[in-house]
Amino acid sequence: MSNSGHISQIDNLTQIRAEFPILHQQVNGKPLVYFDNAASNQKPLSVLNALDHYYRNDHANIHRGIHTLAERATEAYELSRKRTAEFINAAEPEEIIFTSGTTEGLNLVASTYGRKLLKPGDEVLITNMEHHSNIVPWQMLCEEKDLKLKVLPLRDNGEVKWELLDSMLTERTRIVSIVHASNSLGTINPISELSDKVHQAGAILVVDGAQASAHLEIDVQALNCDFYALSSHKMYGPTGVGVLYGKRKWLEKMPPYKGGGEMIKEVTLEKTTYSDIPHKFEAGTPNIADVVAFKTAIEFIDEIGKNTIIQHENKLLNHAHAELEAIDGLRLIGTAAEKVGVVSFVVDGVHHFDLGVMLDTKGIAVRTGHHCTQPLMECYGLEGTVRASFSVYNTIEEVDLLVESLDAIVKKLRN
Amino acid sequence: MKSINHIQDEIIDEFSILEGDLDMCVEYLIELGKKLSPLSDKHRVEDNIVKGCQSKVWLIANFQQGTITFQADSNTMITKGLVSMLVRILSGQNPDDILNSDLYFIHKIGMNRFIGTQRSNGLAAMIKQMKLYALAFMAKEQK
Ligand SMILES: Cc1ncc(COP(=O)(O)O)c(C=O)c1O
Repeated sequence: MSNSGHISQIDNLTQIRAEFPILHQQVNGKPLVYFDNAASNQKPLSVLNALDHYYRNDHANIHRGIHTLAERATEAYELSRKRTAEFINAAEPEEIIFTSGTTEGLNLVASTYGRKLLKPGDEVLITNMEHHSNIVPWQMLCEEKDLKLKVLPLRDNGEVKWELLDSMLTERTRIVSIVHASNSLGTINPISELSDKVHQAGAILVVDGAQASAHLEIDVQALNCDFYALSSHKMYGPTGVGVLYGKRKWLEKMPPYKGGGEMIKEVTLEKTTYSDIPHKFEAGTPNIADVVAFKTAIEFIDEIGKNTIIQHENKLLNHAHAELEAIDGLRLIGTAAEKVGVVSFVVDGVHHFDLGVMLDTKGIAVRTGHHCTQPLMECYGLEGTVRASFSVYNTIEEVDLLVESLDAIVKKLRN
Repeated sequence: MKSINHIQDEIIDEFSILEGDLDMCVEYLIELGKKLSPLSDKHRVEDNIVKGCQSKVWLIANFQQGTITFQADSNTMITKGLVSMLVRILSGQNPDDILNSDLYFIHKIGMNRFIGTQRSNGLAAMIKQMKLYALAFMAKEQK
């Protein structure tokens, strides 16, 4: 996948940074450098204002009320669904289910589609680079239904050995669930090239889009995936909101995920009939305010433009790769040809934990450890890595500061 | 043998020279870590790992003539620094004193400020393990 489209530059990074109040603070006496964006990125003023505005002016419980505020809140909530559908090019808003995050989205697919439609002996295929949230729900399902979990291995550079896909897909494969972009390696997986094969094998394609949605152009119809899960908090939006996209034909076949209010058509004590999609999957009062503000986060991304964002983050990524490699004993983990702005590395003889704590004393926030991908770490014989991950507001100067600080820290820790 | 509180006060004094400068405190910790003699591979085993530490900590204890000798090691330098202070304070003390010790130096040197909660949990686990050893040796002695 290439970053096609017109090439654009971020003209005014200062202006973008001014949108993020949290960035303008000192941490441990130094200006904050926030490089933990893959875990969760920061929120622009427009999103903060949207939350504030909603609670000040429009809040009421949705769908059930006939009064003005209830209608306003419902409208805002449903508008967010519509905007989300456009953002990932779903065929219709009804294919958008609001969840609490990627984790819930993947669990929803496993517990509904998986429970209802898979039979003992069926197979689920994942890769060796998956986040725990795209491993554990399938393991639980496999245990419950007596299924087989198969894993596509990796190459040394952090790419999946896709040449093995054909042989791993069997007539028993029912679900293939793959991360769009790896949170530990940055690797972008060629989803659109896989879907035909997966479908020909009679399986569905589930995509964990947690790391891709703020960085890559997402078109679920072009990707031709059956489900796509993402998290708002990694996309400049509020925490506690996620999206599960699902093709209508599957969503209609699937049983509800949770029982309660909102998801029902009619309840008698003998039998309940369920609402139509998407409400069937949204039992109870949802996270209205954060869903409403998520729309503003999408607008923030669209205003700058995905192409511009990708361009900028790639520049940071390439610069970081080149500069970091010059540090004695530093080894990049994940050097796939197609990557999002995630740089993972280890330094010979120096523990990632020490590096993380020392960088924090310089005001630089990175993540250290296994990044919820223990099987991936094991596959490379690592306990963990240091990970720096970029968002649109990061600068080349910040990358330089990371490299300089790291160089000094490594020297200090070594002798 | 100096008392537990005496050694704690020495450490507080040493840190006070650094005037709370974060960089210097961490560098000092690393220096302390480097000075802690490493455990041999024989002791760096699963059984000696203290649970609850983000980085790995190995702890062994010996009880002789009424006092406990602690030896510890870690795979990370900063944790080694932290651990070395605990060893310096508690190693060579008697079980009763260890059990009843109040390790106020942690708060006094502002450890919480530069060692976040996740990491201080590791420290808490380490202290707990040291006190458990004290309890076990005390029980053995009374038998
Ligand atoms: C690749 C990937 N998948 C899934 C998740 C889980 O996302 P959430 O915690 O928002 O549910 C993450 C978050 O770290 C991730 O990076």
